[in-house]
Amino acid sequence: MVEADGVTFRVAGRELIAGISARFEPGKLHLLIGANGAGKSTLIKVLARLLPPALGSVRYGGHDVAHETDASLARRRAVLSQAIEVAFPLSVREVVAMGRYPHFGARASSEDEAIVGEVMDYFDVTDMAERSYPTLSGGEKQRVNFARVLAQVWRPVPGRERVLFLDEPLTFLDIGHQLDFMKKVRATLEAGDLVVIGVLHDLNLAARFADRLLLLDRGRLVAAGTRDEVLTRDHIRAAFGVEPVVTMVPGTDRTHLIFE
Amino acid sequence: MSASRSTGSGLLAVLTALMAVTAIASIRFGAIDFPLHQMWTATGAIVSGHTPDTLDGRIFAELRLPRALLCLFVGASLGVGGTLMQALFRNPIVEPGLVGTSSGAALGASVFFVLGTVLHVDAGPWTLPVAACIGGVLATWLVFALAGTGGDGRASIVMLLLTGLAVNALCLSGIGFLSYIARDPQARSIVFWNLGTLSGATWRSVFIVGAVTTAGTGAAMLYAKQLNALMIGEEEATYLGVNVRRLKLIILAINVAIVAVATAFTGVIAFVGLIVPHILRMLRGADNRFLIVASAIFGGTLLSLADLVARVSLRPAELPIGIVTSVVGVPVFLTLLRRRRYVF
Repeated sequence: MVEADGVTFRVAGRELIAGISARFEPGKLHLLIGANGAGKSTLIKVLARLLPPALGSVRYGGHDVAHETDASLARRRAVLSQAIEVAFPLSVREVVAMGRYPHFGARASSEDEAIVGEVMDYFDVTDMAERSYPTLSGGEKQRVNFARVLAQVWRPVPGRERVLFLDEPLTFLDIGHQLDFMKKVRATLEAGDLVVIGVLHDLNLAARFADRLLLLDRGRLVAAGTRDEVLTRDHIRAAFGVEPVVTMVPGTDRTHLIFE
Repeated sequence: MSASRSTGSGLLAVLTALMAVTAIASIRFGAIDFPLHQMWTATGAIVSGHTPDTLDGRIFAELRLPRALLCLFVGASLGVGGTLMQALFRNPIVEPGLVGTSSGAALGASVFFVLGTVLHVDAGPWTLPVAACIGGVLATWLVFALAGTGGDGRASIVMLLLTGLAVNALCLSGIGFLSYIARDPQARSIVFWNLGTLSGATWRSVFIVGAVTTAGTGAAMLYAKQLNALMIGEEEATYLGVNVRRLKLIILAINVAIVAVATAFTGVIAFVGLIVPHILRMLRGADNRFLIVASAIFGGTLLSLADLVARVSLRPAELPIGIVTSVVGVPVFLTLLRRRRYVF
């Protein structure tokens, strides 16, 4: 369980997020939605402990995350951030292997190397293992970073939950890889001890894959719950300033939003 | 397979062999050549504690051998400094002197050349290196003091780069002013020192530079993995458990120590720190666990080679080594850039 309790973050006196309280459960996919500048990425960074909250606290499994050591946190919390560029010729395998850095000292164990192999297979990047990262396309880089981040939290950590943050993971991906990635993220939830918190811009994809949606508007959490509770006409109009047309996906009970 | 992939031990062996050959050549050839058998007996005599009595023997023991060793250590410092700074700044065109260390050391040395004689400061063997070292450390401190005043006191990489450029320019204008007011022999000393010279090598400088370089390289190797993580970004490194602020301080401290000390004894030697990491990355990628050790070995090799060229091309006179490293370094650097298409 990841909990935010009255979390506020300020830069130069301006509140980017204010008084956010929320609970994120293991085995569930939580997706943050909201307009540009609503505070989604800031909330991710505060929850992941990159940024310290000015007010409030973030707890993992009931313990304030501020007290956990960098090394211990890195063995069970991974973050996929946006657009990672490298100016040096690092091979894909080396980038993915960095996900295991928190788990070994000077030299990778055979288990670490096995995990690197498994995640590269899982994300279909094995055949580019020896290519140089800077030569990859945007979508390929994104998949390599999925593999790196998943490698970091690939195995359960005894007695503690794992936490995975995904900040706009679908950028640069074609529709096939978008659906593929979301399905793979859902598959990782089956272990039951992994809390996944992400940011997604596509409301229909978010509704399709999330267990819980959290709608942010100008730094505040305005709605949290199932897609029917959150993706109401009023909420969407208030948060995004657009009028949705609600239709049904043929042959299912799922709604689909169209924006005119 | 994967063990050799992660350490590059095969390539390290080749580089070490290359270094040994270059070092032997650089001892063998010069104003006077020493045939190999004479090198053996003379080295044996030094190891067993004999003081050589012939002129050739003294040249070998007091000039040639310490110079060759100093070359290896200074080249190693510059190579390692280049690797560290490029990884830290996530930018492949950064030199170890970027944060003001070399130009500050050069200014310190110039102040000594001009004011030392005017003020009758004791010109013992220590005064020049100490003045240079103080200059290097002060300039580096100035860069950080100026770069770190904004925001939360943490120096951002871009601020450091730009402030480094400014402080370097300031030091250069100081050196220019001192050369302008200096009398002829002093001005010549400044020019020589700014182009780098290994002719002042003594056993004492070998031990000091050797100890600092070895300690600095060893310490840097402990942080190779963290530096790798830093190459994909400061945020990403933090998420991988790296204390980025602490890592930056440690790496900068190591760089200042090894570069200031090396520069203090030899003057400013351009381009070695820039091209050594480039060439090695072309051979085997950017993994710092390999790169730090390899750039120590290859930096020493390259500087030995440059020194050999500097000594034999105009013999019995010699070229300032900075001219050789620039003449060789600039085209190599430009070729590398055109072939590699680094992403900036």
